[in-house]
Amino acid sequence: MAYKIVASQCTNCTACEALCPNMAISEAKGTFVIDPDKCTECIGHFDDPQCVAICPVDNTCVIDSAYPRYQA
Amino acid sequence: MTEAAFPEGSSSQPAVDIGDVMQKLAEHKGCGTEGGSGKASCGSSAGPADMAPEIWEKVKNHPCYSEEAHHHYARMHVAVAPACNIQCNYCNRKYDCANESRPGVVSERLTPEQASKKVLAVASTIPQMTVLGIAGPGDPLANPQKTFETFRLISEVAPDIKLCLSTNGLALPDWVDEIAKYKVDHVTITINMIDPEIGQHIYPWVFWENKRLQGYEAAKILTERQLLGLEMLTERGILAKINSVMIPGINDKHLVEVNKAVKSRGAFLHNIMPLISAPEHGTVFGLNGQRGPTAQELKALQDECEGDMNMMRHCRQCRADAVGLLGEDRSAEFTTDKIMAMDVEYDAEGRKAYQQAVESERQAKVEAKQSELDGLEKAGDTKLLVAVATKGHGIINEHFGHAKEFQIYELSGKGAKFVGHRRVDLYCQGGYGEEDALDTVITAINDCHAVFVSKIGGCPKADLIEAGIEPVDQYAHEFIEQSALVWFKDYLAKVEAGEIVHVDRGDAAIRQGALLSQAS
Ligand code: SF4
Ligand code: SF4
Ligand code: SF4
Repeated sequence: MAYKIVASQCTNCTACEALCPNMAISEAKGTFVIDPDKCTECIGHFDDPQCVAICPVDNTCVIDSAYPRYQA
Repeated sequence: MTEAAFPEGSSSQPAVDIGDVMQKLAEHKGCGTEGGSGKASCGSSAGPADMAPEIWEKVKNHPCYSEEAHHHYARMHVAVAPACNIQCNYCNRKYDCANESRPGVVSERLTPEQASKKVLAVASTIPQMTVLGIAGPGDPLANPQKTFETFRLISEVAPDIKLCLSTNGLALPDWVDEIAKYKVDHVTITINMIDPEIGQHIYPWVFWENKRLQGYEAAKILTERQLLGLEMLTERGILAKINSVMIPGINDKHLVEVNKAVKSRGAFLHNIMPLISAPEHGTVFGLNGQRGPTAQELKALQDECEGDMNMMRHCRQCRADAVGLLGEDRSAEFTTDKIMAMDVEYDAEGRKAYQQAVESERQAKVEAKQSELDGLEKAGDTKLLVAVATKGHGIINEHFGHAKEFQIYELSGKGAKFVGHRRVDLYCQGGYGEEDALDTVITAINDCHAVFVSKIGGCPKADLIEAGIEPVDQYAHEFIEQSALVWFKDYLAKVEAGEIVHVDRGDAAIRQGALLSQAS
Protein backbone atom coordinates (compact mmCIF):
# COMPACT_ATOMS: atom_id res chain seq x y z
CA MET A 1 0.00 0.00 0.00
CA ALA A 2 2.80 2.33 -0.55
CA TYR A 3 5.47 3.93 -2.62
CA LYS A 4 9.14 3.70 -1.72
CA ILE A 5 12.22 5.70 -2.69
CA VAL A 6 15.16 3.95 -4.31
CA ALA A 7 17.86 5.38 -2.08
CA SER A 8 20.72 5.00 -4.55
CA GLN A 9 18.86 7.23 -7.05
CA CYS A 10 17.61 9.93 -4.71
CA THR A 11 19.41 13.29 -5.09
CA ASN A 12 18.10 14.58 -1.75
CA CYS A 13 16.41 17.44 -3.53
CA THR A 14 13.62 17.54 -0.91
CA ALA A 15 10.97 18.24 -3.55
CA CYS A 16 8.75 15.28 -2.71
CA GLU A 17 8.73 15.95 1.02
CA ALA A 18 6.72 19.15 0.85
CA LEU A 19 4.22 17.81 -1.66
CA CYS A 20 3.14 14.65 0.11
CA PRO A 21 -0.45 15.15 1.33
CA ASN A 22 0.10 12.66 4.13
CA MET A 23 3.47 13.87 5.40
CA ALA A 24 4.74 10.39 4.71
CA ILE A 25 8.15 11.50 3.44
CA SER A 26 11.10 12.50 5.59
CA GLU A 27 14.85 12.67 5.50
CA ALA A 28 16.75 9.82 7.08
CA LYS A 29 20.43 8.99 6.92
CA GLY A 30 21.29 11.06 3.89
CA THR A 31 18.32 10.09 1.76
CA PHE A 32 14.58 10.48 1.73
CA VAL A 33 12.23 7.72 2.82
CA ILE A 34 8.50 7.08 2.65
CA ASP A 35 6.66 5.79 5.69
CA PRO A 36 4.58 2.97 4.22
CA ASP A 37 2.00 3.30 6.98
CA LYS A 38 1.26 6.88 6.01
CA CYS A 39 1.48 6.68 2.21
CA THR A 40 -1.92 6.39 0.50
CA GLU A 41 -0.50 6.51 -3.04
CA CYS A 42 -2.09 9.95 -3.02
CA ILE A 43 -5.48 8.32 -3.50
CA GLY A 44 -8.22 10.65 -2.36
CA HIS A 45 -5.91 13.65 -2.71
CA PHE A 46 -4.54 13.81 -6.24
CA ASP A 47 -4.83 11.96 -9.51
CA ASP A 48 -1.11 11.28 -9.61
CA PRO A 49 1.24 10.28 -6.82
CA GLN A 50 2.96 13.60 -6.09
CA CYS A 51 6.36 12.17 -5.25
CA VAL A 52 6.52 10.41 -8.61
CA ALA A 53 5.38 13.51 -10.47
CA ILE A 54 7.98 15.85 -8.99
CA CYS A 55 10.97 13.55 -8.64
CA PRO A 56 13.74 14.67 -11.01
CA VAL A 57 15.11 11.16 -11.36
CA ASP A 58 12.84 8.72 -13.15
CA ASN A 59 12.07 5.38 -11.43
CA THR A 60 13.12 6.67 -8.03
CA CYS A 61 9.72 6.83 -6.36
CA VAL A 62 8.27 3.41 -7.14
CA ILE A 63 5.56 1.07 -5.89
CA ASP A 64 6.78 -1.02 -3.01
CA SER A 65 5.51 -4.48 -3.87
CA ALA A 66 6.12 -5.64 -0.32
CA TYR A 67 2.83 -3.99 0.51
CA PRO A 68 -0.60 -4.61 -1.02
CA ARG A 69 -2.02 -1.72 -3.09
CA TYR A 70 -3.78 0.93 -1.05
CA GLN A 71 -7.55 0.68 -0.78
CA ALA A 72 -9.31 3.96 -0.22
CA MET B 1 15.27 46.96 6.72
CA THR B 2 16.57 50.50 7.06
CA GLU B 3 15.91 53.23 4.58
CA ALA B 4 19.56 53.97 4.10
CA ALA B 5 20.18 50.46 2.97
CA PHE B 6 17.83 50.61 0.05
CA PRO B 7 17.51 54.23 -0.90
CA GLU B 8 16.41 53.29 -4.38
CA GLY B 9 13.48 51.22 -3.33
CA SER B 10 12.45 52.43 0.08
CA SER B 11 8.86 53.25 0.64
CA SER B 12 9.40 56.96 1.15
CA GLN B 13 10.36 57.30 -2.47
CA PRO B 14 8.28 56.46 -5.48
CA ALA B 15 9.09 53.13 -7.06
CA VAL B 16 11.12 53.30 -10.21
CA ASP B 17 8.95 54.21 -13.16
CA ILE B 18 9.67 51.47 -15.61
CA GLY B 19 8.46 53.49 -18.57
CA ASP B 20 11.03 56.08 -17.73
CA VAL B 21 13.67 53.41 -17.34
CA MET B 22 12.86 51.91 -20.70
CA GLN B 23 13.08 55.33 -22.25
CA LYS B 24 16.49 55.89 -20.72
CA LEU B 25 17.66 52.50 -21.83
CA ALA B 26 16.45 53.09 -25.34
CA GLU B 27 18.36 56.33 -25.40
CA HIS B 28 21.37 54.55 -24.07
CA LYS B 29 21.11 52.14 -27.02
CA GLY B 30 22.89 49.16 -25.68
CA CYS B 31 26.59 49.33 -26.14
CA GLY B 32 29.58 51.50 -26.55
CA THR B 33 28.59 53.59 -29.50
CA GLU B 34 28.49 57.07 -28.07
CA GLY B 35 31.94 58.37 -27.33
CA GLY B 36 30.84 61.13 -25.01
CA SER B 37 30.52 59.26 -21.79
CA GLY B 38 33.62 57.23 -22.40
CA LYS B 39 31.85 53.97 -22.10
CA ALA B 40 33.09 51.48 -24.57
CA SER B 41 31.99 48.19 -23.27
CA CYS B 42 28.84 46.30 -22.75
CA GLY B 43 26.43 44.75 -20.33
CA SER B 44 25.36 48.12 -19.07
CA SER B 45 28.75 49.59 -18.46
CA ALA B 46 27.16 52.98 -18.68
CA GLY B 47 27.87 55.38 -15.91
CA PRO B 48 25.66 58.00 -14.32
CA ALA B 49 25.88 60.27 -17.37
CA ASP B 50 23.46 58.32 -19.48
CA MET B 51 21.53 56.16 -17.08
CA ALA B 52 18.68 57.06 -14.81
CA PRO B 53 20.25 57.65 -11.40
CA GLU B 54 17.89 55.24 -9.66
CA ILE B 55 18.85 52.48 -12.09
CA TRP B 56 22.52 53.24 -11.72
CA GLU B 57 22.09 53.02 -7.95
CA LYS B 58 20.62 49.58 -8.36
CA VAL B 59 23.16 48.18 -10.74
CA LYS B 60 26.43 49.92 -9.99
CA ASN B 61 27.64 47.47 -7.38
CA HIS B 62 26.06 44.43 -8.90
CA PRO B 63 28.62 42.17 -10.52
CA CYS B 64 26.01 40.49 -12.68
CA TYR B 65 24.29 43.57 -14.01
CA SER B 66 27.19 45.88 -14.53
CA GLU B 67 30.05 44.66 -16.65
CA GLU B 68 32.29 47.18 -15.02
CA ALA B 69 31.25 46.32 -11.48
CA HIS B 70 32.04 42.69 -11.95
CA HIS B 71 35.71 43.53 -11.84
CA HIS B 72 35.34 45.03 -8.38
CA TYR B 73 32.41 43.60 -6.52
CA ALA B 74 31.69 40.10 -5.43
CA ARG B 75 28.55 38.08 -5.18
CA MET B 76 27.67 34.96 -3.33
CA HIS B 77 25.01 32.37 -3.72
CA VAL B 78 23.58 30.32 -0.90
CA ALA B 79 22.22 26.91 -1.69
CA VAL B 80 19.01 26.87 0.31
CA ALA B 81 16.64 25.83 -2.46
CA PRO B 82 17.13 22.23 -3.50
CA ALA B 83 13.72 21.39 -4.99
CA CYS B 84 12.78 22.13 -8.57
CA ASN B 85 9.44 22.19 -10.36
CA ILE B 86 10.49 21.62 -13.96
CA GLN B 87 13.00 19.48 -15.81
CA CYS B 88 15.43 20.89 -18.38
CA ASN B 89 17.27 18.80 -20.93
CA TYR B 90 20.54 20.48 -20.01
CA CYS B 91 20.26 19.62 -16.35
CA ASN B 92 20.89 16.37 -14.54
CA ARG B 93 20.10 16.66 -10.88
CA LYS B 94 22.53 13.93 -9.92
CA TYR B 95 25.51 15.99 -11.01
CA ASP B 96 26.56 19.60 -10.98
CA CYS B 97 24.90 21.33 -13.87
CA ALA B 98 27.29 23.10 -16.18
CA ASN B 99 24.64 25.52 -17.36
CA GLU B 100 23.38 28.71 -15.80
CA SER B 101 23.35 29.10 -12.08
CA ARG B 102 21.38 26.06 -11.20
CA PRO B 103 23.71 23.20 -10.54
CA GLY B 104 22.01 19.96 -9.70
CA VAL B 105 24.03 19.12 -6.67
CA VAL B 106 25.93 21.39 -4.39
CA SER B 107 28.39 20.31 -1.82
CA GLU B 108 26.20 21.44 1.01
CA ARG B 109 22.55 22.20 1.49
CA LEU B 110 22.05 25.07 3.95
CA THR B 111 19.20 25.94 6.24
CA PRO B 112 18.14 29.62 6.17
CA GLU B 113 19.89 30.13 9.53
CA GLN B 114 23.13 28.63 8.27
CA ALA B 115 22.84 30.63 5.09
CA SER B 116 22.48 33.90 6.93
CA LYS B 117 25.48 33.10 9.13
CA LYS B 118 27.46 32.27 6.02
CA VAL B 119 26.54 35.56 4.39
CA LEU B 120 27.72 37.47 7.44
CA ALA B 121 30.95 35.51 7.58
CA VAL B 122 31.69 36.14 3.93
CA ALA B 123 30.67 39.79 4.06
CA SER B 124 33.02 40.38 6.96
CA THR B 125 35.91 38.64 5.21
CA ILE B 126 35.32 39.98 1.71
CA PRO B 127 34.25 43.63 1.97
CA GLN B 128 33.44 43.83 -1.74
CA MET B 129 30.66 41.24 -1.30
CA THR B 130 27.59 43.30 -2.15
CA VAL B 131 25.17 40.83 -3.64
CA LEU B 132 23.52 37.76 -2.25
CA GLY B 133 21.71 35.52 -4.65
CA ILE B 134 19.54 32.48 -4.25
CA ALA B 135 19.70 30.46 -7.40
CA GLY B 136 19.25 26.90 -6.46
CA PRO B 137 20.39 24.23 -6.66
CA GLY B 138 16.73 23.79 -7.62
CA ASP B 139 14.37 26.69 -8.12
CA PRO B 140 14.15 29.28 -5.32
CA LEU B 141 10.40 29.69 -5.85
CA ALA B 142 9.82 25.96 -5.63
CA ASN B 143 11.23 26.36 -2.10
CA PRO B 144 9.51 29.61 -1.15
CA GLN B 145 9.62 29.21 2.64
CA LYS B 146 13.37 28.59 2.69
CA THR B 147 14.08 31.29 0.16
CA PHE B 148 12.09 34.06 1.83
CA GLU B 149 13.16 33.08 5.33
CA THR B 150 16.76 33.44 4.18
CA PHE B 151 16.04 36.87 2.72
CA ARG B 152 14.30 37.91 5.90
CA LEU B 153 17.18 36.86 8.15
CA ILE B 154 19.78 38.54 5.98
CA SER B 155 17.90 41.78 5.55
CA GLU B 156 17.72 42.00 9.34
CA VAL B 157 21.41 41.61 10.00
CA ALA B 158 23.01 43.01 6.84
CA PRO B 159 20.60 45.48 5.28
CA ASP B 160 23.20 46.87 2.89
CA ILE B 161 23.46 43.65 0.97
CA LYS B 162 21.46 43.50 -2.23
CA LEU B 163 19.26 40.48 -2.66
CA CYS B 164 18.61 38.70 -5.89
CA LEU B 165 17.12 35.48 -7.05
CA SER B 166 17.15 33.42 -10.16
CA THR B 167 14.14 31.39 -11.24
CA ASN B 168 12.73 29.36 -14.09
CA GLY B 169 9.63 31.52 -13.78
CA LEU B 170 6.98 28.84 -13.40
CA ALA B 171 6.00 29.93 -9.90
CA LEU B 172 7.03 33.57 -10.31
CA PRO B 173 3.57 35.19 -10.65
CA ASP B 174 2.56 33.70 -7.30
CA TRP B 175 5.52 35.23 -5.49
CA VAL B 176 6.04 38.64 -7.06
CA ASP B 177 4.47 40.45 -4.12
CA GLU B 178 6.60 38.57 -1.63
CA ILE B 179 9.66 39.40 -3.74
CA ALA B 180 8.70 43.07 -3.60
CA LYS B 181 8.14 42.84 0.15
CA TYR B 182 11.74 41.75 0.81
CA LYS B 183 13.03 44.46 -1.53
CA VAL B 184 14.60 41.89 -3.77
CA ASP B 185 15.53 44.26 -6.53
CA HIS B 186 17.05 41.91 -9.05
CA VAL B 187 15.32 38.86 -10.43
CA THR B 188 16.73 36.63 -13.14
CA ILE B 189 14.36 34.52 -15.20
CA THR B 190 15.72 31.82 -17.46
CA ILE B 191 13.71 32.06 -20.68
CA ASN B 192 14.86 29.80 -23.46
CA MET B 193 11.82 30.12 -25.70
CA ILE B 194 8.47 31.84 -26.18
CA ASP B 195 7.13 29.19 -28.55
CA PRO B 196 5.98 25.89 -27.00
CA GLU B 197 6.84 24.09 -30.25
CA ILE B 198 10.45 24.89 -29.49
CA GLY B 199 10.04 24.60 -25.75
CA GLN B 200 9.01 20.96 -25.92
CA HIS B 201 12.51 20.11 -27.15
CA ILE B 202 14.07 21.83 -24.15
CA TYR B 203 11.73 20.90 -21.31
CA PRO B 204 10.57 17.30 -20.95
CA TRP B 205 8.11 18.18 -18.19
CA VAL B 206 6.84 20.77 -15.74
CA PHE B 207 5.01 20.16 -12.49
CA TRP B 208 1.82 22.19 -12.60
CA GLU B 209 -1.27 22.05 -10.40
CA ASN B 210 -0.28 18.71 -8.89
CA LYS B 211 0.35 17.07 -12.24
CA ARG B 212 3.35 16.39 -14.41
CA LEU B 213 2.69 17.99 -17.80
CA GLN B 214 4.75 17.03 -20.82
CA GLY B 215 5.55 18.22 -24.33
CA TYR B 216 3.76 21.19 -25.89
CA GLU B 217 1.35 21.57 -23.00
CA ALA B 218 4.19 21.83 -20.49
CA ALA B 219 6.13 24.38 -22.50
CA LYS B 220 2.98 26.45 -23.08
CA ILE B 221 2.27 26.83 -19.37
CA LEU B 222 5.92 27.62 -18.71
CA THR B 223 6.20 30.39 -21.29
CA GLU B 224 2.89 31.95 -20.23
CA ARG B 225 3.97 32.00 -16.60
CA GLN B 226 7.42 33.35 -17.41
CA LEU B 227 6.14 36.27 -19.46
CA LEU B 228 3.38 37.04 -16.95
CA GLY B 229 5.95 37.00 -14.16
CA LEU B 230 8.22 39.33 -16.10
CA GLU B 231 5.37 41.79 -16.70
CA MET B 232 4.47 41.73 -13.01
CA LEU B 233 8.06 42.48 -12.01
CA THR B 234 8.23 45.35 -14.46
CA GLU B 235 4.99 46.81 -13.10
CA ARG B 236 6.49 46.83 -9.62
CA GLY B 237 9.79 48.36 -10.65
CA ILE B 238 11.83 45.25 -9.85
CA LEU B 239 14.72 44.87 -12.26
CA ALA B 240 14.48 41.72 -14.33
CA LYS B 241 17.32 40.07 -16.17
CA ILE B 242 16.68 37.30 -18.65
CA ASN B 243 19.06 34.38 -19.07
CA SER B 244 18.81 32.26 -22.21
CA VAL B 245 20.79 29.16 -22.98
CA MET B 246 21.76 29.07 -26.66
CA ILE B 247 21.16 25.59 -28.04
CA PRO B 248 22.25 25.35 -31.69
CA GLY B 249 19.57 23.90 -33.95
CA ILE B 250 16.88 24.22 -31.27
CA ASN B 251 16.52 27.80 -30.11
CA ASP B 252 19.49 29.69 -31.58
CA LYS B 253 17.56 31.64 -34.23
CA HIS B 254 14.49 31.82 -32.00
CA LEU B 255 16.40 33.71 -29.30
CA VAL B 256 16.13 36.84 -31.44
CA GLU B 257 12.34 36.57 -30.95
CA VAL B 258 12.82 35.91 -27.27
CA ASN B 259 14.97 39.02 -27.08
CA LYS B 260 12.18 41.14 -28.60
CA ALA B 261 9.53 39.60 -26.36
CA VAL B 262 11.42 40.19 -23.13
CA LYS B 263 12.55 43.64 -24.12
CA SER B 264 8.99 44.73 -24.85
CA ARG B 265 8.01 43.52 -21.39
CA GLY B 266 10.62 45.62 -19.68
CA ALA B 267 13.54 43.23 -19.12
CA PHE B 268 16.60 45.21 -18.21
CA LEU B 269 19.30 42.87 -19.46
CA HIS B 270 19.40 39.82 -21.67
CA ASN B 271 22.15 37.34 -21.07
CA ILE B 272 22.65 34.71 -23.75
CA MET B 273 24.78 31.86 -22.51
CA PRO B 274 26.25 28.97 -24.46
CA LEU B 275 24.90 25.49 -23.85
CA ILE B 276 27.56 23.47 -22.13
CA SER B 277 27.11 19.87 -22.91
CA ALA B 278 29.24 16.76 -22.64
CA PRO B 279 28.24 13.11 -22.31
CA GLU B 280 29.79 12.86 -18.84
CA HIS B 281 27.33 15.45 -17.52
CA GLY B 282 24.64 12.80 -18.01
CA THR B 283 22.10 15.30 -19.28
CA VAL B 284 19.68 14.58 -22.12
CA PHE B 285 21.58 17.00 -24.34
CA GLY B 286 24.92 15.62 -23.22
CA LEU B 287 23.88 12.08 -24.02
CA ASN B 288 22.19 12.77 -27.35
CA GLY B 289 25.20 14.64 -28.67
CA GLN B 290 23.59 18.09 -28.74
CA ARG B 291 26.51 20.47 -29.23
CA GLY B 292 27.00 23.92 -27.75
CA PRO B 293 27.68 27.00 -29.88
CA THR B 294 31.16 28.09 -30.95
CA ALA B 295 32.50 31.39 -29.69
CA GLN B 296 31.76 32.99 -33.05
CA GLU B 297 28.16 31.73 -33.17
CA LEU B 298 27.55 33.01 -29.65
CA LYS B 299 29.02 36.39 -30.36
CA ALA B 300 27.07 36.74 -33.62
CA LEU B 301 23.80 36.08 -31.79
CA GLN B 302 24.71 38.43 -28.94
CA ASP B 303 25.60 41.12 -31.46
CA GLU B 304 22.32 40.61 -33.30
CA CYS B 305 20.30 40.97 -30.11
CA GLU B 306 22.35 43.86 -28.84
CA GLY B 307 20.94 46.47 -31.23
CA ASP B 308 18.86 48.23 -28.66
CA MET B 309 19.24 46.39 -25.44
CA ASN B 310 21.85 45.76 -22.85
CA MET B 311 23.45 42.39 -23.33
CA MET B 312 25.39 40.76 -20.63
CA ARG B 313 28.49 38.97 -21.76
CA HIS B 314 30.33 38.42 -18.54
CA CYS B 315 28.07 35.85 -16.89
CA ARG B 316 30.18 33.09 -15.45
CA GLN B 317 27.39 30.58 -15.10
CA CYS B 318 28.39 30.11 -11.53
CA ARG B 319 27.30 27.40 -9.17
CA ALA B 320 24.47 27.84 -6.71
CA ASP B 321 26.98 28.08 -3.88
CA ALA B 322 29.56 30.26 -5.58
CA VAL B 323 31.39 32.84 -3.50
CA GLY B 324 33.60 35.64 -4.69
CA LEU B 325 34.25 37.85 -7.67
CA LEU B 326 32.74 36.52 -10.86
CA GLY B 327 35.01 33.87 -12.25
CA GLU B 328 36.39 33.09 -8.83
CA ASP B 329 35.01 30.66 -6.34
CA ARG B 330 36.08 30.86 -2.73
CA SER B 331 33.31 28.65 -1.45
CA ALA B 332 35.78 26.12 -0.05
CA GLU B 333 36.83 28.73 2.53
CA PHE B 334 33.29 28.94 3.82
CA THR B 335 32.03 25.46 4.48
CA THR B 336 29.33 25.08 7.10
CA ASP B 337 31.77 23.69 9.66
CA LYS B 338 34.13 26.61 9.24
CA ILE B 339 31.33 29.17 9.38
CA MET B 340 29.70 27.80 12.46
CA ALA B 341 33.09 27.99 14.17
CA MET B 342 33.68 31.58 13.06
CA ASP B 343 33.14 34.49 15.37
CA VAL B 344 31.55 36.97 13.03
CA GLU B 345 31.33 40.66 13.54
CA TYR B 346 29.52 42.60 10.87
CA ASP B 347 31.63 45.64 10.07
CA ALA B 348 29.29 47.93 8.18
CA GLU B 349 31.66 50.90 8.42
CA GLY B 350 34.66 48.99 7.11
CA ARG B 351 32.64 47.70 4.21
CA LYS B 352 31.52 51.18 3.32
CA ALA B 353 35.07 52.54 3.39
CA TYR B 354 36.27 49.74 1.18
CA GLN B 355 33.49 50.33 -1.29
CA GLN B 356 34.30 54.03 -1.45
CA ALA B 357 37.90 53.19 -2.32
CA VAL B 358 36.64 50.96 -5.09
CA GLU B 359 34.56 53.81 -6.47
CA SER B 360 37.62 56.02 -6.90
CA GLU B 361 39.53 53.16 -8.46
CA ARG B 362 36.73 52.68 -10.96
CA GLN B 363 36.66 56.35 -11.74
CA ALA B 364 40.39 56.28 -12.50
CA LYS B 365 39.87 53.36 -14.84
CA VAL B 366 37.12 55.10 -16.77
CA GLU B 367 39.28 58.19 -17.16
CA ALA B 368 42.24 56.15 -18.33
CA LYS B 369 40.13 54.51 -20.99
CA GLN B 370 38.74 57.85 -22.08
CA SER B 371 42.21 59.25 -22.58
CA GLU B 372 42.99 56.68 -25.23
CA LEU B 373 39.93 57.12 -27.40
CA ASP B 374 41.54 59.86 -29.50
CA GLY B 375 43.31 58.75 -32.62
CA LEU B 376 41.21 55.63 -33.08
CA GLU B 377 39.68 56.90 -36.33
CA LYS B 378 42.55 55.22 -38.13
CA ALA B 379 41.00 51.87 -37.33
CA GLY B 380 38.38 52.30 -40.03
CA ASP B 381 36.51 49.01 -40.18
CA THR B 382 39.29 47.04 -38.55
CA LYS B 383 37.99 45.09 -35.57
CA LEU B 384 39.87 42.48 -33.63
CA LEU B 385 39.77 40.54 -30.41
CA VAL B 386 42.39 40.35 -27.70
CA ALA B 387 42.56 38.10 -24.64
CA VAL B 388 43.52 39.40 -21.20
CA ALA B 389 44.78 37.55 -18.14
CA THR B 390 43.39 39.30 -15.09
CA LYS B 391 42.55 38.61 -11.49
CA GLY B 392 40.13 41.52 -11.36
CA HIS B 393 40.07 45.28 -10.69
CA GLY B 394 40.24 45.92 -14.44
CA ILE B 395 44.02 45.47 -14.44
CA ILE B 396 46.33 43.14 -16.38
CA ASN B 397 47.59 41.29 -13.34
CA GLU B 398 47.71 37.57 -14.02
CA HIS B 399 50.50 35.31 -15.26
CA PHE B 400 49.80 33.56 -18.53
CA GLY B 401 50.48 30.21 -16.91
CA HIS B 402 48.25 30.82 -13.90
CA ALA B 403 45.23 32.11 -15.74
CA LYS B 404 42.10 30.02 -15.31
CA GLU B 405 40.26 32.18 -17.76
CA PHE B 406 40.88 34.98 -20.22
CA GLN B 407 38.71 38.02 -20.70
CA ILE B 408 38.05 38.89 -24.30
CA TYR B 409 37.89 42.48 -25.53
CA GLU B 410 36.91 43.66 -28.96
CA LEU B 411 39.03 46.56 -30.23
CA SER B 412 37.64 48.79 -32.95
CA GLY B 413 37.39 52.42 -33.96
CA LYS B 414 34.86 52.79 -31.16
CA GLY B 415 37.17 51.70 -28.40
CA ALA B 416 37.63 48.60 -26.31
CA LYS B 417 34.58 46.53 -25.50
CA PHE B 418 34.37 43.56 -23.18
CA VAL B 419 32.71 40.75 -25.10
CA GLY B 420 33.18 37.64 -23.01
CA HIS B 421 35.50 35.32 -21.22
CA ARG B 422 37.02 31.94 -21.94
CA ARG B 423 37.64 29.32 -19.35
CA VAL B 424 40.86 27.38 -19.65
CA ASP B 425 41.04 25.51 -16.38
CA LEU B 426 40.95 21.77 -16.03
CA TYR B 427 37.25 21.36 -15.50
CA CYS B 428 36.49 22.84 -18.85
CA GLN B 429 38.69 20.42 -20.69
CA GLY B 430 36.07 17.73 -20.26
CA GLY B 431 35.31 16.28 -23.65
CA TYR B 432 38.33 17.77 -25.33
CA GLY B 433 40.66 14.83 -25.01
CA GLU B 434 44.28 14.79 -24.08
CA GLU B 435 45.51 18.16 -25.18
CA ASP B 436 48.17 19.76 -23.08
CA ALA B 437 47.44 22.94 -21.20
CA LEU B 438 48.95 25.26 -23.78
CA ASP B 439 46.95 23.78 -26.64
CA THR B 440 43.87 24.25 -24.51
CA VAL B 441 44.60 27.93 -24.13
CA ILE B 442 45.39 28.39 -27.80
CA THR B 443 42.15 26.71 -28.85
CA ALA B 444 40.21 28.84 -26.41
CA ILE B 445 41.64 32.17 -27.60
CA ASN B 446 42.30 31.20 -31.21
CA ASP B 447 40.13 34.05 -32.44
CA CYS B 448 42.35 36.65 -30.74
CA HIS B 449 45.21 38.65 -32.24
CA ALA B 450 47.03 39.14 -28.96
CA VAL B 451 47.02 38.04 -25.36
CA PHE B 452 47.83 40.51 -22.57
CA VAL B 453 49.51 39.07 -19.49
CA SER B 454 51.52 40.30 -16.54
CA LYS B 455 54.20 37.69 -17.21
CA ILE B 456 54.85 34.80 -19.56
CA GLY B 457 57.58 32.20 -20.00
CA GLY B 458 59.76 31.79 -23.08
CA CYS B 459 58.28 28.54 -24.36
CA PRO B 460 54.61 29.46 -24.36
CA LYS B 461 55.63 32.78 -25.86
CA ALA B 462 57.18 31.07 -28.88
CA ASP B 463 54.24 28.72 -29.31
CA LEU B 464 51.75 31.58 -29.16
CA ILE B 465 53.66 33.52 -31.79
CA GLU B 466 53.68 30.44 -33.97
CA ALA B 467 49.91 30.18 -33.55
CA GLY B 468 49.64 33.79 -34.68
CA ILE B 469 48.73 35.23 -31.28
CA GLU B 470 50.99 37.99 -30.05
CA PRO B 471 51.94 37.69 -26.36
CA VAL B 472 51.99 41.17 -24.80
CA ASP B 473 53.56 41.61 -21.37
CA GLN B 474 54.72 45.22 -21.35
CA TYR B 475 51.48 46.49 -19.81
CA ALA B 476 51.72 44.43 -16.64
CA HIS B 477 49.65 45.95 -13.79
CA GLU B 478 48.14 48.62 -15.99
CA PHE B 479 44.47 49.20 -16.87
CA ILE B 480 43.13 46.68 -19.37
CA GLU B 481 41.20 48.90 -21.72
CA GLN B 482 43.71 51.71 -21.79
CA SER B 483 46.59 49.30 -22.50
CA ALA B 484 44.64 47.45 -25.14
CA LEU B 485 43.90 50.70 -26.96
CA VAL B 486 47.52 51.83 -26.82
CA TRP B 487 48.54 48.48 -28.26
CA PHE B 488 45.78 48.68 -30.88
CA LYS B 489 46.90 52.08 -32.11
CA ASP B 490 50.44 50.79 -32.32
CA TYR B 491 49.17 47.77 -34.26
CA LEU B 492 47.25 50.01 -36.67
CA ALA B 493 50.33 52.15 -37.21
CA LYS B 494 52.39 49.08 -38.07
CA VAL B 495 49.74 47.91 -40.52
CA GLU B 496 49.71 51.37 -42.09
CA ALA B 497 53.50 51.36 -42.38
CA GLY B 498 53.33 47.98 -44.08
CA GLU B 499 55.30 46.28 -41.28
CA ILE B 500 52.54 43.76 -40.69
CA VAL B 501 49.47 42.64 -42.59
CA HIS B 502 46.12 42.54 -40.84
CA VAL B 503 44.48 39.14 -41.24
CA ASP B 504 41.28 37.83 -39.70
CA ARG B 505 41.56 35.08 -37.10
CA GLY B 506 39.53 31.86 -36.99
CA ASP B 507 36.93 30.68 -34.51
CA ALA B 508 37.53 29.47 -30.97
CA ALA B 509 36.09 26.71 -28.82
CA ILE B 510 33.96 27.81 -25.90
CA ARG B 511 35.23 26.71 -22.57
CA GLN B 512 33.01 28.73 -20.43
CA GLY B 513 31.50 26.80 -17.62
CA ALA B 514 30.40 26.53 -14.09
CA LEU B 515 33.30 27.16 -11.82
CA LEU B 516 33.87 24.23 -9.55
CA SER B 517 35.48 24.83 -6.23
CA GLN B 518 37.40 21.61 -6.67
CA ALA B 519 38.98 23.07 -9.76
CA SER B 520 40.49 25.97 -7.91
S1 SF4 C 1 2.49 8.54 -3.24
FE1 SF4 C 1 1.56 10.36 -2.40
S2 SF4 C 1 1.10 9.77 -0.32
FE2 SF4 C 1 2.58 8.30 -1.04
S3 SF4 C 1 4.54 9.14 -0.45
FE3 SF4 C 1 4.16 9.80 -2.53
S4 SF4 C 1 3.26 11.80 -2.24
FE4 SF4 C 1 3.09 10.77 -0.27
S1 SF4 D 1 11.99 14.06 -5.23
FE1 SF4 D 1 13.15 12.21 -5.74
S2 SF4 D 1 15.27 12.87 -5.68
FE2 SF4 D 1 14.11 14.45 -4.65
S3 SF4 D 1 14.22 13.90 -2.49
FE3 SF4 D 1 12.35 12.99 -3.31
S4 SF4 D 1 12.96 10.94 -3.94
FE4 SF4 D 1 14.82 12.08 -3.64
S1 SF4 E 1 25.22 32.86 -12.53
FE1 SF4 E 1 25.51 34.58 -13.88
S2 SF4 E 1 23.98 35.99 -13.16
FE2 SF4 E 1 24.28 34.57 -11.50
S3 SF4 E 1 25.86 35.45 -10.23
FE3 SF4 E 1 26.84 34.12 -11.67
S4 SF4 E 1 27.42 35.52 -13.26
FE4 SF4 E 1 25.85 36.53 -12.12
